[in-house]
Amino acid sequence: MKTLIENGTLVTPDGLRKGNLLIEDEKIAAIFFGSSDSPNGGTGDIDVFDASGLLVSPGLIDLHCHLREPGFEYKEDIASGMRAAAHGGFTSVCCMANTHPVNDTAAVTEFIKMKARRECEKTAVRVYPIGAATKGLKGEELTEMGELKEAGIVAVSDDGKSVVKAGRMRLVLSYARHFGLPVITHPEDLDLVGGGVMNEGYWSTVFGMPGTTRTAEESIIARDCMLAELESAHLHVAHVSTAGGADVVRWFKARGARVTAETAPHYLYATDAWVGGADGLSYDVNTRVNPPLRTEKDTQALIEALKDGTIDCIATDHAPHHADDKNVEFALAASGISGFETALGVCWTALVVPGHMTPEQMLRKMTRDPARVFALPGGSLETGAPADVALIDPAGEWIVDVAEFFSKGKNNPFHGKKLTGKVVATYVGGKCVYRGSRP
Amino acid sequence: MALSQKDLLGLRGVSAADISEILNTADLMKVILASNNKKTPHLQGKTILTVFYENSTRTRLSFELASKYMGGVAANMSASGSSVAKGETLVDTARTLDRMASDVLILRHPMTGAPHLMAKHVKASVINAGDGTNEHPTQALLDMFTMKEKLGGISGLQVAIVGDVTHSRVARSNLWGLTTMGARVTFAGPSTLLPPELEAAGCRVTECVDDAVREADVVMGLRIQLERQQKGLFPSVREYHKFFGLTPERVALAKKGALVMHPGPMNRGVEISSIVADGESSQGQYQSVIDEQVTNGVAVRMALLFLLTRRNG
Repeated sequence: MKTLIENGTLVTPDGLRKGNLLIEDEKIAAIFFGSSDSPNGGTGDIDVFDASGLLVSPGLIDLHCHLREPGFEYKEDIASGMRAAAHGGFTSVCCMANTHPVNDTAAVTEFIKMKARRECEKTAVRVYPIGAATKGLKGEELTEMGELKEAGIVAVSDDGKSVVKAGRMRLVLSYARHFGLPVITHPEDLDLVGGGVMNEGYWSTVFGMPGTTRTAEESIIARDCMLAELESAHLHVAHVSTAGGADVVRWFKARGARVTAETAPHYLYATDAWVGGADGLSYDVNTRVNPPLRTEKDTQALIEALKDGTIDCIATDHAPHHADDKNVEFALAASGISGFETALGVCWTALVVPGHMTPEQMLRKMTRDPARVFALPGGSLETGAPADVALIDPAGEWIVDVAEFFSKGKNNPFHGKKLTGKVVATYVGGKCVYRGSRP
Repeated sequence: MALSQKDLLGLRGVSAADISEILNTADLMKVILASNNKKTPHLQGKTILTVFYENSTRTRLSFELASKYMGGVAANMSASGSSVAKGETLVDTARTLDRMASDVLILRHPMTGAPHLMAKHVKASVINAGDGTNEHPTQALLDMFTMKEKLGGISGLQVAIVGDVTHSRVARSNLWGLTTMGARVTFAGPSTLLPPELEAAGCRVTECVDDAVREADVVMGLRIQLERQQKGLFPSVREYHKFFGLTPERVALAKKGALVMHPGPMNRGVEISSIVADGESSQGQYQSVIDEQVTNGVAVRMALLFLLTRRNG
């Protein structure tokens, strides 16, 4: 079985180039630039995809998502999460450990991989589990990181909360380094957060809501960067949401610390003003996310940090929730955004449309660069590499409708908003795992 | 006579016309209240439910009495002793109450935005009787009614609001209402109890109470919750009173004849001295209208209930 993706614009390390991509036996068999030397389909069974007007990108790679299984299948399960990922153009995703039971033993890791493999018959998105850093995410005893790594984890994290005690975080970093595992910090000082439910600032004052200071995030980023430096360990900072957080990471990178960082699409586009809903007079629980949406100043600073390399990559923090967990008072609503299916469109709209980044610069932050952070396969179109490909309509304008999500989680603050940039098809290992219509 | 909106969830975004409409209608209601026969048919056939997830004396009773004076059916629900204690969600409770043919639901709730959530799920009008640290619009309406009654108008007034601004829904509702009506508002309190970037909302903010009170037409004290001391927001009641309380000396800095207001319940000797709370100074420097505010609260709530139910036909 062969697939020829023809007349598209290939996203290569050297920029955008017109060409054709031939997929054979799960791999990229050949890449042809220009139109003159296209292969004729040759003999036999060949599926031809006319990609004219589309970008042919390496499949998107997400270092941070929540697939909710085991334990919270009513919010999402591995199967629905994989379908949603494919719908969003993702071909590899790393799922966090805050399931029930927590992914703090090899048995849970094996279970997740088994479920993902079973689903591969239909949807083949590659799932890389992330193990807990401490047992039960309690911030006390270390997990069996060696065994977890043998079972297939690619990093450790207590995501959802910080490791409260600095001494324990130091031990986590030291022990994880021994096994070559990055440690992902969810930077949040809960004492500083207090009862905060949105960004502390003008809008929390106007909306009459308890605010969370940016310092709650920045102080833990600084602490964990220092500890990583102390232990020569690889620290990966999850969902940087503030200008100051990016500054801290920049400073430690300049010192030579092994620090990498991600931000999420919503921090590049949405702000705390969105908490008030479309009319500014209601309270949109779908804007409740942790860390909270910040200000215009922060979105601009994060874009700069992406451009100068301070922030290595964009990760979704896909956090699906059931409507029951959201249809409550704002302060009681679960935090998180179901983000797989809007990630590309939001980033395109926030970064490429206004001219902050070229298409290839932006896509690198969702493909090659995240792959490098966790040393994952994939991330670029190369002959002989697994054929993980996303086809993107760069001019495609669409209105987000959560009813069209494949994810069980319909919690997304971009619902009803117009975005530019849409995933049209996704291939994993040469198999088409999503194919939609062009907008 | 009607309002342009179905609910009263806050004063932010409410037009000057609607506020004036409520205040003018309250003039008539106050006449009825002062009469020997406090009975009107304005709410006949209407059902008003007070739904309180927090304690209250004056807000709840004044809504209930306002309904009864106008011939409405008033009933109340408290969170304790109801299905809320069994874990029912706010939305389910709201839908249940709505289906009992209620016309107005009056909600007090410890979390910001709860009335907004309720309003999305019911046909009845929803009145916010205090949500979290957000708004308490009928308190601000009765405050504005009192200012207008005593000082002849609201536009151009200098209003000093002193105390725990961060956690005060009275402060926020007054900010929105007063600025819409053309008054100038100054907030004062310890830095630990002032919310960030408040000036950008169109008011003046100072950490010096004397500065705020000087030349004010109205001095309003905010209730300080004593348990905030344990959270480290102020060191002691004694020190709070000394530096941030409304003492006779401090209030004397205001314009001659200034009004002293407080939403109640008061912590005497903490945010306000008894001598200030209880009356006029000997030289007529200031006058406490705190008792009058309570009466006006009934009149304003009568006006609001009338206008909202009239709108619904």
